[in-house]
Amino acid sequence: MSQDLMNTLQQAFEQNVIDIENYKKDGRKAIGCYCLYSPVELIVAAGAIPLPLCGTKNDPVAAAEEVLPRNLCPLIKSSYGFAALNTCPFFRFSDMIVADTTCDGKKKMFELMQQYKKVHVLQLPQNQNVEKSLAPWLDEVRIMKEEIEAVTGVEITTERIDAAIDLLNRERDAKKAVMDLAQIKPSPIKGSELINILFKVGFLADKEKGIGLMNTMVDHYKALAENGESPYTAKTPRILISGVPMGVGSDKVAKILEESGASVVGFENCTGYKQVFTVEKEGDRLDVLARQYLSIPCSVMSPNTGRLELLDRMIRDFKVDGVVDLTWQACHTYNVESFSVEKHLKDAHGLPMLHLETDYSDSDTEQLRVRIQAFIEML
Amino acid sequence: MRAAGIDIGSRSIELVILDNSGIIEARTADSGFDPMGVAGKLMDKVAFDRIVATGYGRNLFEIAFEGDTVTEIKAHARGAYHLFPDAGTILDIGGQDSKVIRTNGAGKVTKFEMNDRCAAGTGKFLEIMARSLGFTIEEFGGAAMTADDELPINSMCTVFAESEVTSLLARGEDRLKIARGLHSSVVRRAMSMLKRVSDDGPVVFTGGVANNPCMVRFLEQLTGRDVLVPSEPHMAGALGAALIAHEMMR
Repeated sequence: MSQDLMNTLQQAFEQNVIDIENYKKDGRKAIGCYCLYSPVELIVAAGAIPLPLCGTKNDPVAAAEEVLPRNLCPLIKSSYGFAALNTCPFFRFSDMIVADTTCDGKKKMFELMQQYKKVHVLQLPQNQNVEKSLAPWLDEVRIMKEEIEAVTGVEITTERIDAAIDLLNRERDAKKAVMDLAQIKPSPIKGSELINILFKVGFLADKEKGIGLMNTMVDHYKALAENGESPYTAKTPRILISGVPMGVGSDKVAKILEESGASVVGFENCTGYKQVFTVEKEGDRLDVLARQYLSIPCSVMSPNTGRLELLDRMIRDFKVDGVVDLTWQACHTYNVESFSVEKHLKDAHGLPMLHLETDYSDSDTEQLRVRIQAFIEML
Repeated sequence: MRAAGIDIGSRSIELVILDNSGIIEARTADSGFDPMGVAGKLMDKVAFDRIVATGYGRNLFEIAFEGDTVTEIKAHARGAYHLFPDAGTILDIGGQDSKVIRTNGAGKVTKFEMNDRCAAGTGKFLEIMARSLGFTIEEFGGAAMTADDELPINSMCTVFAESEVTSLLARGEDRLKIARGLHSSVVRRAMSMLKRVSDDGPVVFTGGVANNPCMVRFLEQLTGRDVLVPSEPHMAGALGAALIAHEMMR
């Protein structure tokens, strides 16, 4: 039954590529995004299809390294490689790219990406102090709205934004419900399954289909849990993965953790629980969106206290035994922040943390396995 | 009841057999290109009731032979706890990795750090450097200690350090001073990892590199901490694995 659901998801994922092709023939636009900070509501409000483009596969990295330095984050290289090779259908579908200056590597890469697509870059503030940073960020959001209107030919009205907020709030609620399945002890769902679901649903042009699928999964796994069915026992160590985003192809750490006998119960990252929030429909909608998105606790922000608060919440709700802090190679902000996170986990929760720095390749699998197994032995 | 521990490292394989009276057999061999073949030969004609494997080859061993596995972190912690029960910090420098482990009063691992994926600052690094300077690995440490001064080596990457050594030799520099500089750079690298995990108390130094007298002396001098070296430091992992096997049988 679980497998049937995963097959349905896979079919929806494959059908989606054909669907988007048809939508595009009918004149609908697609807009690619490279970061959680871009308010997707504006894309949906314009009737366009939002596509999350951050690269998660190792295949295009070698091609990217013909242009980009080797010592750069694999997510940036993968993203750029997909563009250069034109091997990602979702990049190909995009009539426009919305990208944020989330880090130095990304922002300079976007300059090079301009040769393949229209890339609209949002200048993201690096501080969440509303007095200092909201005005310039709101300006960026407003310009993004105008750019999207120009590309789609659709005027983004308040009514349209509200409809998009409703739809995306429902999608975020469904994602939260799927992720919250792992709060059950023992969890009925594996962390690698969560990655698979969140990754594939993210591309679905038909958001209702994605929401419906996720709700069915929640019902299914809840029923399993009620019958006491789980791949784990009450004694299985429960691990929270924190740090950089993960998707299908960049999920090796979650898989090794599971192979080593752990239950990965949550993801404190932008492909996981950082997506869990609710946008209110009140006042100036652009202002509301700007405030909400600016508060996302990514390590680009300084200070980034929101991340520690999110960790506190997740450690409690997901009954976490240990945290694995994942840094993609050359991601300086997450790499440096690791020190403060480890200290906070020890001081506030008495929890051990394992910091791992790696890339998308398999070359260090055994080295990672030793660290991960030793960490599990230690818990 | 006889318990065995086997440590399948990148450079060498160690086997320890013990019973209630203590160690009754200890063997070692080069890993070579066929570690499972070597492991099989090493276990030839020795009897034991249970075996625990550790080291990078442990998972392959588990498939090829009957046995349980533990990581080398747990094994070295157990071995060091047996040898020096009062020391809570272990530095292990082996053939391809180095690690620092902190244990609580009962010998349980509470924190650890390992070097990056490359061989910087490990036995492999020292071995390659010894070769470029015309020393055997056995004489390398002793030779370095005879130098009255050292030449700083900046590269930690084995390949870059080799080029650096080559250019120093081309400048006519003394190979003993270069050797001393290389040892102190490996010690400094180990120290930064050591500090992140534990900052006081004695340090148990295990792994093949602890056989190098220069490493031991520099570690003592630069950290100001007592450095405790087992008589056969490279056997510590296999000993720990054997002790764990012994506990499993009880």
